[in-house]
Amino acid sequence: MLTAILALGTLAALFGLLLGYSAIRFRVEGDPIVDQIDNLLPQTQCGQCGFPGCRPYAEAIAGGEADINQCPPGGDSGIQALAELLGVDPKPLNAEHGEHTEARVAVIDEQTCIGCTLCIQACPVDAILGAAKQMHTVIARECTGCDLCVAPCPVDCIEMVPVERALATWKWPYPQGEHRPIADTGS
Amino acid sequence: MDFPTQSSPYLPASNDVGQLMLRVSLALVPGALCLFWFFGWGVVFNLVLSALSAVLAEAAILALRGRPIRPALGDGSALLTGLLLALALPPLAPWWIPVLGAAFAIVVAKQLFGGLGYNPFNPAMVGFVVLIISFPLQMTLWPPPTGLHEGHALDLGETFRLIFSGATPDSHTLDSLTMATPLDSAKTQLGLDYTWSEIRAKPLYGGFAGYGWEWINLAYLAGGLWLWRKRVIQWQIPVALLGALGATALLFHIGDSDTFGSPLFHLFSGATMLGAFFIATDPVSAATTPRGRLYYGAGIGVLTYVIRTWGGYPDAIAFSVLLMNMAAPTIDYYTQPRVFGHRDK
Amino acid sequence: MVDLLQQPLDIVGGLRLAANKAQSLRSPLRAAPIPERLIVPLGQHIGDPAEASVEVGQQVLTGQVIGRSLNYIGAPVHAPASGTVCDIGDYPVAHPSGLKATCVVIQSDGQDRRAETGLRMPAALAADPADIRQRVRDAGIVGLGGAGFPSAVKLNPGREVELLVINAAECEPYISCDEALMCARPEEVIAGIRIMQHALQARQVVIGLEDNMPAAFDCLKRGLEAVGETAIRIMPVPTVYPAGGEKQLIYALTGEEVPSQGLPADLGIVCHNVGTAAAVARALGQGEPLISRIVTVTGAGVREPCNLEVRIGTPIAELVAACGGYSDQVTRLLMGGPMMGISLTSDRLPVIKTTNCILAASDAEAPAPAAARPCIRCGKCAEVCPAYLLPQQLFWYAHARDFDKVQDYNLFDCIECGCCAQVCPSHIPLVQYYRFAKTEIWDLERQRARADVARQRHEFRLERLEREKQALEARRAAAKKGLETREKSGDADAKKAEIAAALARVQARKSGQAATPGTGAPDDSANTSKANR
Repeated sequence: MLTAILALGTLAALFGLLLGYSAIRFRVEGDPIVDQIDNLLPQTQCGQCGFPGCRPYAEAIAGGEADINQCPPGGDSGIQALAELLGVDPKPLNAEHGEHTEARVAVIDEQTCIGCTLCIQACPVDAILGAAKQMHTVIARECTGCDLCVAPCPVDCIEMVPVERALATWKWPYPQGEHRPIADTGS
Repeated sequence: MDFPTQSSPYLPASNDVGQLMLRVSLALVPGALCLFWFFGWGVVFNLVLSALSAVLAEAAILALRGRPIRPALGDGSALLTGLLLALALPPLAPWWIPVLGAAFAIVVAKQLFGGLGYNPFNPAMVGFVVLIISFPLQMTLWPPPTGLHEGHALDLGETFRLIFSGATPDSHTLDSLTMATPLDSAKTQLGLDYTWSEIRAKPLYGGFAGYGWEWINLAYLAGGLWLWRKRVIQWQIPVALLGALGATALLFHIGDSDTFGSPLFHLFSGATMLGAFFIATDPVSAATTPRGRLYYGAGIGVLTYVIRTWGGYPDAIAFSVLLMNMAAPTIDYYTQPRVFGHRDK
Repeated sequence: MVDLLQQPLDIVGGLRLAANKAQSLRSPLRAAPIPERLIVPLGQHIGDPAEASVEVGQQVLTGQVIGRSLNYIGAPVHAPASGTVCDIGDYPVAHPSGLKATCVVIQSDGQDRRAETGLRMPAALAADPADIRQRVRDAGIVGLGGAGFPSAVKLNPGREVELLVINAAECEPYISCDEALMCARPEEVIAGIRIMQHALQARQVVIGLEDNMPAAFDCLKRGLEAVGETAIRIMPVPTVYPAGGEKQLIYALTGEEVPSQGLPADLGIVCHNVGTAAAVARALGQGEPLISRIVTVTGAGVREPCNLEVRIGTPIAELVAACGGYSDQVTRLLMGGPMMGISLTSDRLPVIKTTNCILAASDAEAPAPAAARPCIRCGKCAEVCPAYLLPQQLFWYAHARDFDKVQDYNLFDCIECGCCAQVCPSHIPLVQYYRFAKTEIWDLERQRARADVARQRHEFRLERLEREKQALEARRAAAKKGLETREKSGDADAKKAEIAAALARVQARKSGQAATPGTGAPDDSANTSKANR
């Protein structure tokens, strides 16, 4: 009886030590879940989800305070990726937060701009250049298409235009059930 | 000038599903003729009933699913399913056996899974297994092969009446018109402690694998080789299947030649050749990688031997095929070929 | 260490296709007339497009640089004919998207007056390899086999080169421009190969061609004998499509596989197209930059199929006209071969540096594709795949838009040769599915990169705002502190004195303002001016 208890106890202690050691020795530094979620968000920082930026939304998702379907710029593929990461069922985009649109970029009508800097203050990624009473312009490469600069403009000189597809960024269309013309006539 | 556009390549297509299915159907002809020669008109009724109900079932369910009917029927896959099922059925089975089997194969095993290309199991074999489990009695109604029967060969009219109304010709009972197949009888007799050599001596066992059956299997073999030459099927599945079945049988036969049938008997009896060249090679439900096909074929071969020898049913091609169908996705996953320029997988 | 095999290997997979090269090889190679208007795209190579270095209205000479490239992976563009630049703008180019790209349009003066290019290098075989590379670069030479990778970059693999493979295995049906070149100008080809060998300091050289081009083999052999060159081997490889793919040809000749995601240089091999070699010889021998190339114009849709020496920028319609025009069978216009070419919407598009073939196909040659049926997993695609991929699995995941899985099945090892789609009994446009998946994955990667930048910028901004807020708070705190200290230290008298002092200041200001209107404290002036504006 005693030997059995001793043997089992020793074994338990040994395995416990082994497990404890491997937990330290082979520790995997996982990305905290907030970072992983944040990585999947499109970083437009548009706030359409109801949070002030992508990271707060990621924190809210991680904390269970927000659903995964509140990000219109991410669209269905974004929801899909989040669902996969979190192991939940994907669901359609919540229409309350807006609709998914093609990538867009802000363009300032430089004739109308009065240089009020309101849009510069609104831009979440500092993609608008200009100073007080100087004409402003958007750095198209850095613009996330978040729309946040449109509302503050007192003279409505900012327009969101779809990003033009260049040769280098052109995508092959998804094949239809049968071959269809892949482009209309070029000229 | 302006022109239409599309994605490459542009050459005329070299293959077509409909043509493949047609070739498989053509390759069945020698085997079907042999079957007809030895077992009579029932074979023809089975073929017609089964093919017809398969095609009708396909059309009906496509209409229900709101899919275009003509192109789907045009690929000939439903017809082929019907033919394959018919060739596996006992020739004197009542008319509703082929009808029910074919309809079940098409509706449940094929279309409910999404139609051609999406069915995980071989539809014809699903139909066959459903029949043999649900109606074991009707599934034994094999007449004796011509030349072996003592007494009566049914003519066209008699067969028609038997199949459609169950009426046997005067002075005959259903029992006197049917006879166990070699595989079936061998199983029973071995169970009764006869030795293999005693069993082999009976006329039912013919030259080497059962009277009639050896010719039928040879005819299927010929059709299968033609398919291989025409590159409709690849060699891996038939070779692995026949090799594994033959090798297993040989192993046990050498170990104890009294209790275990010879490899030749296993290779040329029952549905072996039909299964090896026409059923196991059904691309939709089989493994697709070259190495995977070897494992898949070998698995069917070994399972067939095991079920034939120790299982509850005389023939086992259908069960083995369905079992390996289940394993096909896993086999494919683990047998991916090494990709060009990769060191190893 | 790589060695050539004694006997070339068969490539794995692939298709034996009807060659259809005889029709265009019947008549000898000749030059196409220079058209009135040449449309020269500035991006004809892999890498960023060149930048126009001429202005509208400027006179240019044949061979003059009209587009400069500043990137290492890039190539300049030259005027293919003398004349006037009549426009620089967006024109449709040969691309599956049908999109436009920046082109320089030249109105030819018909005189073909040549510019002095300074490319000539009489003693190239004794020159410094770096000089040769610079001139190849200045000549705007890119891979003429189809990919259009800048050749100067490929002449500088950054490691020792064991073997130079000259790719003359034109494996795609109908295309015969390389064969025509080898038959018509073997000496030029050989001269170019020798320069390349010298530039690369390659120990061995082999010309790989298909075993169905005996005439080209003989011409090259005689050419080699004529110059007494014994170090260059010619090896015919079995005629199987796509034996002319770079990786496939290297495998056939050496038995070695170019590593996935790697380059032939990883094996100590460099592969150049035979047409590129000839272009190098022309540039360094005659000082002519890459302003023309040989194009096969063929198919049942043209009256007289042949090979033409064509100036870059020539509209396709002019080429077809030079071959007797369209026959009434024409239904489809392809640039490149029938397996990998792109189908064009219009014949107004120009020939570029990588245009090897114009195929005006009849309905029998390139029929409208049949409707796609479901995949039956027959595996015929896997049998013919030269990269040993599982095309049906790739299709399955591309179809489901599962871009992770499709990469697990090595989508990016696909060379888009089209063999799988060709044999598919269900007529599934497999290659388009792979192209769709590839461009979609690239797009996702671009988006991811953009998102990373946006995240960074957003974080910087938040940091900046935080900093500003803290600075503001610090200032406020300091001000408050000052007030407190005064309050603490000061007794009632001090306070009174302060108030009195303030009143005195106000008094002083008022009187001052009355005395000299317009001048006051600096703050005031600022306020006034703002109000006035």
